[in-house]
Amino acid sequence: MSMPERLLRIDDVTMQFGGLTAVNALNLHVDEGEIFALIGPNGAGKTTVFNMITGVYTPTSGDIVFLGTRVNGLRPHKVTRQGIARTFQNIRLFDNMTVLDNVVVGTHAGHRSSVAGALFGLPRFRREERQGRERAMELLEFIEIADRGGDAARNLPYGDQRRLEIARALATDPKLLLLDEPAAGMNPSEKSDLMALIRRIRDTGVTVLLIEHDMGLVMGVSDRIAVIDFGQKIADGDPLEVRQNPDVIKAYLGEVSDAS
Amino acid sequence: MSSTKPLRGIKLPWIKTFETLGTRWQRLPTSARWVGYLAMVLLALSLPSIPGLGDIMTPGSSWERVLFYPIGIYILLALGLNVVVGYAGLLDLGFVAFFAIGAYTMAILGTEFGMDFWLVLPIAIAVTMLAGLALGTPTLRLRGDYLAIVTLGFGEIIRVTATNLSFTGGPRGINKIPRPPSVEGVSWLTFSISNVKPYYYLVIFFIVLVIIGLKRLERSRVGRSWAAIREDEDAAELMGVPTLTFKLWAFTVGAAVGGTAGVLYASFQTAIRPTDFPFILSATVLAAVVLGGAGNIPGVILGAFLVGWVPEVSREFSQYRVLVFGAVLVALMIFRPQGLWPSRIRQAELKQGEGGIGQLGGEVGAVVAQAEDNR
Amino acid sequence: MSAFLNQFWASTIDGLTQGGIYALVALGYTLVYGVLRLINFAHSEIFMIGTFATVAFITAVGVASPLTGLALLFFLLAAGLVAALASGGAAVLLERIAYRPLRRKGATQLAALISAIGASLFLQQLFSLKYPDAVSTVRVMDKVNLASIGTGVIRADKVLVFVGAVMMMVILDRVVNGTRFGRAIRATAQSPNNATLMGVDIDKVILITFLIGGAMAGIGGMLYVVFFEVTTYFVGFVLGIKAFTAAVLGGIGNLRGALLGGLLLGLIEEYGASIFGSQWKDVIAFSVLVLVLMFRPTGLLGESLGKARA
Repeated sequence: MSMPERLLRIDDVTMQFGGLTAVNALNLHVDEGEIFALIGPNGAGKTTVFNMITGVYTPTSGDIVFLGTRVNGLRPHKVTRQGIARTFQNIRLFDNMTVLDNVVVGTHAGHRSSVAGALFGLPRFRREERQGRERAMELLEFIEIADRGGDAARNLPYGDQRRLEIARALATDPKLLLLDEPAAGMNPSEKSDLMALIRRIRDTGVTVLLIEHDMGLVMGVSDRIAVIDFGQKIADGDPLEVRQNPDVIKAYLGEVSDAS
Repeated sequence: MSSTKPLRGIKLPWIKTFETLGTRWQRLPTSARWVGYLAMVLLALSLPSIPGLGDIMTPGSSWERVLFYPIGIYILLALGLNVVVGYAGLLDLGFVAFFAIGAYTMAILGTEFGMDFWLVLPIAIAVTMLAGLALGTPTLRLRGDYLAIVTLGFGEIIRVTATNLSFTGGPRGINKIPRPPSVEGVSWLTFSISNVKPYYYLVIFFIVLVIIGLKRLERSRVGRSWAAIREDEDAAELMGVPTLTFKLWAFTVGAAVGGTAGVLYASFQTAIRPTDFPFILSATVLAAVVLGGAGNIPGVILGAFLVGWVPEVSREFSQYRVLVFGAVLVALMIFRPQGLWPSRIRQAELKQGEGGIGQLGGEVGAVVAQAEDNR
Repeated sequence: MSAFLNQFWASTIDGLTQGGIYALVALGYTLVYGVLRLINFAHSEIFMIGTFATVAFITAVGVASPLTGLALLFFLLAAGLVAALASGGAAVLLERIAYRPLRRKGATQLAALISAIGASLFLQQLFSLKYPDAVSTVRVMDKVNLASIGTGVIRADKVLVFVGAVMMMVILDRVVNGTRFGRAIRATAQSPNNATLMGVDIDKVILITFLIGGAMAGIGGMLYVVFFEVTTYFVGFVLGIKAFTAAVLGGIGNLRGALLGGLLLGLIEEYGASIFGSQWKDVIAFSVLVLVLMFRPTGLLGESLGKARA
């Protein structure tokens, strides 16, 4: 009968910038509880897809539906409030704020207290402040950098900065987490820690959609993979299928010389 | 990406002392800090009464009057503008508009309706906040320098409108504005033309109130959102911060403080006219904020004090005042853009060397520097 | 409303005249913005310097009564040159002293703005020391009525301003689109990195940009003085904001936009003045600024310096 509502549906979405078509009639869906990877050569349009999902760009045509609600056209902070959070390809932390405060900012996504609350110390304000700090501490422990809470974010080593970005995104209480090349610049041991972290995140009930270039990580952690090239989807399925798909191999390596 | 070139600024010798004091201060237990704050407030209140101090600080004019205006009023204005420029990182060149709106509200309600100072104050705050909302709503998504020009235009619109409308008294302004109500028999609460001290105490009262309010905002969702917006507005938006809303809050809070200063000013001068609110006042308050160290309350107070006091003490050179002022601004930006007493956060932000005049300045600067290295 | 219709032609002619001056100053704003993404706040004082240079020239030459014919022509060319040099030179100095050091350090937008304000105040006050009051000049050009349409009178000096503005824009357009300099400017506007890679000396490009923009403002200043026969140290402030409005209205970074925006703003001001009263002219102009930035920040023609054809 009718399909159960997908967590995220990208329906026939096209993104054009002037004369350039960055994404062309893309169809994609993500199911709840998955770890879904979006891969493809550089410039294929993957980050553009993230930007469309999170409201930074409005698709030229098509719809993006999250838990039954259309999100294309919403302002980014509203999209985040719907339950979609992200990290960035080039780390974009609030460098001069403390590690803890970076995450606390994320918790504020669900808060309502404002100037009056802060000025008069109203109960909701005090409650949200407390909850925010507690949740932030929890998250710092979850990603294992709790002891550096008071440091300035820019003083963290690179790998910790990437994890901090993830914690900050998780603080917004998302149902869907978008990770944009989370493993970039990591060494093998950091990467395997990252894989474990991604699985732990999924186990807490957050669906993960990631862009990544490291094939080992992608194959090791994903339930499903979609491959994009020149703004179009060229394959979609489980890791094994995708890896053997000749179109995929061609996109990455050039002509296939041997069909087996 | 951010360049890693350190900011080549002039190192001022006393900054080290301030910074050590600052760290030691942070480490004191809260109760000790409260004693310190109290001491500072008491010291401030006693300033006009210290014998001989006036002769040193402002020979030839009334020390107590100068303490109230320009110094006290400038401090209040600078604290307000600091919210817009220092906390939220917005460029505002029309702050004088809120000062004017507050002053005219006091003038009109005081003379037409006989309302007294304390009744007018909340109304003026509401009116200026509405004005802030009206200005901010259409303009806050503009990028930096455009926002600056638009706010400048707004400031001028207010001034010209006040000059043209009869209900604001036209070019002659409004006279006979009532003073704040005095308390019978208490000399230090009797507001009159010859007794300025009560005004001074009143402005200190508001300054303390505003500082308390600002500190509370700093340590809240509001302050954190402002900091996040300043750091990386787009990332903040994506982390669920409603950036437009908070930018509007910065505008309206700043406006409210500016309006309060306006009410005070009007009830002191008892006569205001449109020429009291020129663009150069916006520039002066902005200079106070930047001179002291934007975003940092003690720095801003210092900046406002200097900007208010120095011209008073150099009256013989009053022709050259603005000339020197302009030159100092340029020199300050070249040699010490972080101000005299920057917060450590600001030092760090500036060290990253980000920004760049317009977008291109930084790129161009870096490109040229590299080309020079390659020669 | 009837006032508006009555005065329609007069407003149109005056609007186009005033608009011509706005356009010339706007060219400077738009040029610098197109290349540096910087609003040169002190450009208004560059214009003011042009007006004073013209006044000085008039005095130096010893004009006693209105000139005509060839004498007038030579005079205008010479005065224009003097004003252009004065303003252009001032602009170059301004860039060197107030902007370049900041560029080198990657200063923030706020710092650049403050430096610009400081420079603007400094220049204003410098002139106020020598000329605290308005300075008027002798009539250099007869205000000869050439023709009339309705209530509007086409006067020779108004024609001069209008034609002068259009001509300068055309010349500038040729320079930017047809010369090597112009290509270098456009390359820098589009991408300073690529421009350097192609061997463009960015510092020199910026210098020339300021020089040309300043020169345009200087010529605007010359025409201003010929037309209004007076100037003050404060003349740049409001006119500068209006010229910036014109630049934005036409499309910042777009030369033809500067002309279009200038003329259009002049017209809007005059029409508005005939409806609401001339004391509201400034408010009308500033409101245009706010409205344009709210609804169409790219202006009527959009940015073009950084594109294939400016």
